[in-house]
Amino acid sequence: MSVSPILELRNVRAGYGSINVLHGVNLSIARGEVVALLGPNGAGKSTTIKVISGLLRPSAGHLIVAGRDVTGASASALARAGLCTIPEGRGVFPNLTVRENLLMATFSGQKLGDIEDKTYARFPRLGERRTQLAGTMSGGEQQMLSLARALATDPVILLLDELSMGLAPLIVAELYAQVATIATEGVSVLVVEQFARTVLGVADTAVLLAHGTVRMSGKASEISDDVLAGAYLGP
Amino acid sequence: MQQLLTFTIIGLSTGAIYAVVASGLVVTYTTSGIFNLAHGATGMLSAFTYWQIRFDWDLPAPVALFITLFVLCPLFGIATERFVMRGLQGTTEVVRLSVTVALFAFMIGLANWIWPNDASREAFLKFFEGNSISVGGFNVSWHRLITFGCAVVVAIILRIVLYKTRMGVAMRAVVDDRNLTELNGGRPDRVSMFAWGISASLAGLAGILLAGDQQLNIEPLVLLVINAYAAAIIGRLKSLPLTFLGAGLLGLLDAYYLMVSDEDWFPQSVFGFSLSGVRAALPTMVLFIALLVRPQSRLRVGTTKLREANDVPEWRTAILGAISLVAVIVGISGMLTRSNTLLLLNGFTFAMVTLSLVPLTGYAGQMSLAPLTFAGLGAIAMSKLPGNGNLISLAAAIAIVAIVGAIVALPALRLSGIYLALATAAFAVMVSKIVFNQRQTFQTGNITVPVLRVPFITIDSPRARLILASVCFSLLGLIVVAVRRSRLGRRLVALKDSPVAAATLGMSLTRTKLAAFAISAGIAACAGALAGDKVSPQQYDFTQSLPIVLLAVVGGVSSVAGALFGGLLLGGNSVLATIVPTVKNLTKIGPGTVGITLGRNPQGAAAQIGDAFRPLTEQPRLIAIAAAGSIGVWALDATEIISHWSFFVASVVWILAVSPNLAALMSAGSRRRLVAGVWLAIGMAIAAGIDWSTALDATGKRIILTIGLVALFGVGAQRVAENAPRVHVASPDLAGLDANFSREDIELAEQKIGVVL
Repeated sequence: MSVSPILELRNVRAGYGSINVLHGVNLSIARGEVVALLGPNGAGKSTTIKVISGLLRPSAGHLIVAGRDVTGASASALARAGLCTIPEGRGVFPNLTVRENLLMATFSGQKLGDIEDKTYARFPRLGERRTQLAGTMSGGEQQMLSLARALATDPVILLLDELSMGLAPLIVAELYAQVATIATEGVSVLVVEQFARTVLGVADTAVLLAHGTVRMSGKASEISDDVLAGAYLGP
Repeated sequence: MQQLLTFTIIGLSTGAIYAVVASGLVVTYTTSGIFNLAHGATGMLSAFTYWQIRFDWDLPAPVALFITLFVLCPLFGIATERFVMRGLQGTTEVVRLSVTVALFAFMIGLANWIWPNDASREAFLKFFEGNSISVGGFNVSWHRLITFGCAVVVAIILRIVLYKTRMGVAMRAVVDDRNLTELNGGRPDRVSMFAWGISASLAGLAGILLAGDQQLNIEPLVLLVINAYAAAIIGRLKSLPLTFLGAGLLGLLDAYYLMVSDEDWFPQSVFGFSLSGVRAALPTMVLFIALLVRPQSRLRVGTTKLREANDVPEWRTAILGAISLVAVIVGISGMLTRSNTLLLLNGFTFAMVTLSLVPLTGYAGQMSLAPLTFAGLGAIAMSKLPGNGNLISLAAAIAIVAIVGAIVALPALRLSGIYLALATAAFAVMVSKIVFNQRQTFQTGNITVPVLRVPFITIDSPRARLILASVCFSLLGLIVVAVRRSRLGRRLVALKDSPVAAATLGMSLTRTKLAAFAISAGIAACAGALAGDKVSPQQYDFTQSLPIVLLAVVGGVSSVAGALFGGLLLGGNSVLATIVPTVKNLTKIGPGTVGITLGRNPQGAAAQIGDAFRPLTEQPRLIAIAAAGSIGVWALDATEIISHWSFFVASVVWILAVSPNLAALMSAGSRRRLVAGVWLAIGMAIAAGIDWSTALDATGKRIILTIGLVALFGVGAQRVAENAPRVHVASPDLAGLDANFSREDIELAEQKIGVVL
């Protein structure tokens, strides 16, 4: 069966100013697939996410979503088309209340009421804090709020950048359980993680990035510790 | 009691106007991080527009209000955001602020142009002029009630928009995290446009209300808005309720001071110093105090991505530049008429004041809006000190003002960025309202600053003063270069690049800032002390400082050449205005227009021109050719083969059109070289061969012709010559752009940026 991938990067090069970071990245995600993007510091993981989300325009190559070439589309246009990105760090507006943060999620077309209902059902703690400023909540709660956007707006593709950053292992496990739920609903997910072990349990496929190119890709379950160690520490 | 009520009502209605203005400032500052100094000018322009529609064209008030506030103002705000402010992302605060100064200058010029001062024009009436109602026995005009009502309505509407609508929430979201707003599907650009639209309407409303009280005068309309800065700062530039509270307090303070100062027991002077200017300076005092008690801003850790980058000046370049500047001035000063000499002299004075901003703003990144205030203090010191202008009194004047500069900086040390800029603005206004109007400083409105007396040389003619000014500028420029190359210079730059990093390395931010302020005040004082003529306090007013800051940034505030360029541009602008009546109106909006383009070229014009000459400076042979050509043209003039005007045209064409193309010419293929060379030769022949002093009858036409020749022949030759393949110099920066990184490149890059695997 050959179904066109939901997301595809073809020979993407991108960078900042005169420093090139990605040197021809090829990547494709099938519908409903969970892909883990792994790699050491400076491999180009976050840059890849920036290119896919539309924040960074590639200097060469193509970004194809659902068979359409969308290279150069703005981040907001992609977001409104159903691409949900949870950026590195905390994906919340610290000076807006929880409710106002959810209001910001309505740009993707849902009603605020629906988003609130879904979110508070999934994370009752956010319901209790709906009038609290997001920046005053704990790191885990903030990350729940940013995941709530992914849960409630029903995206086609979900991009997660370093979800686990700065959080306790217990909370990370809880968050990834939510990611697994989202995946079972048929959403295609691209997860970026530096700590490979936390994500390989959730992912179908793993892609290993190093020095701006894809070093290897394969089934997540087949990535051995040796391969990871080799990629992170160098041959 | 009755009186208290009266003044309370007056105070509240003044406060209401402040509140409307300040809320507009807060809206744009929070959404785009730009403190719009031109906010008041927007209000002024809109008051004029309303007058035009309502009183000149005689349309009904509601129609005029609708057109002004709901059509033209929002359109103006949106256009400002789209075409001016959007290009400013990623630039420093200095550049962002300067662009609003440019906008300010542009709008004042525009208003002067469209609505020249005309005493016979229709009066600007208040709303329901003549109607009033009685409140507790005191007659309150409807205009005052409407003003007050407007503030209340604005407060309610803003509250609803910002907290209950998605657009409003998005406005606040953009402040928090622009990228995240985009990732949510919001469009930050549209949000900013909306904010600028609202803000312009608020400014417009305030302008119209104020004009009802004050009539149509550009200055008070623009400057009363400075008072609103204080309210905005009390609201910490983000809280609207606090802003409204601050505006109310300011209005009341002003009204009560007015009430009290009329009492018999109120002193007219303290220790012989008149208190007459205190009322006008009250809001700026509040501004100063509000800034000082403001909680310390947190030192921000994080990546700084600035578009500016500057090289350390080389001694060789600096000394060569200084010598050739003096040589050029000595050479041409003999040919100038007396009035042109004075104008050029004026340009050099501006250039020295501009130079005072180089160590402070250019190197240390501390914005000051008060350079001329220190120049004014320098002028006073020079005229009051005994010695009648000898070198010792010059040194003393510089030292005194440098100490004053450091003392003024002391309370402002904890401020940075926009807050520091506003504190210096407050200082400038306070000094011109309170100090400069004392009998002890500018007793009869102006004083005479003695001409500098140098041993063995008498400096009496304008020409001698011009040469003296060029020598002084060169010396000060060399001092600034020496500062930059010293340990202190590295500290100043560190202060700009990363205060956090500098502080954690054990550097004293306080001492460094003090030094920067003292040096800057000293240089400005030197410029003032060398005035050598009658000066008036208006010359050193805050509003006069703004164009200096603007042109410093336009010229390129981090280099001595930029200061010279900016200063001469400012001087040259007035030259243009006096000698070219046809373009007089254009020169009104000139500096503003130039500044507005800063968003595209934040390093300033000097850097850009420098880039054009760079290939030249890398080859000594070409420098020699360029210099020989200049000398040759001068020799033609000196031997009276060509006229002064032909000399002017020919040297400008040689320097700006031929010299930058020399490098390209040399490396081009033989055919292209021939074509481009012949083209340039034709240009030089036209420039030098025709006697322009008789061929054209007006100076303006000659200047326009010169610009035309430079454009035609310079750009033309560049087109031809540069099609040749340029010599490719392998640069490490280019690896990865046209070729993949090799393993070694990557390792080197990682090592450089500190990534350790």
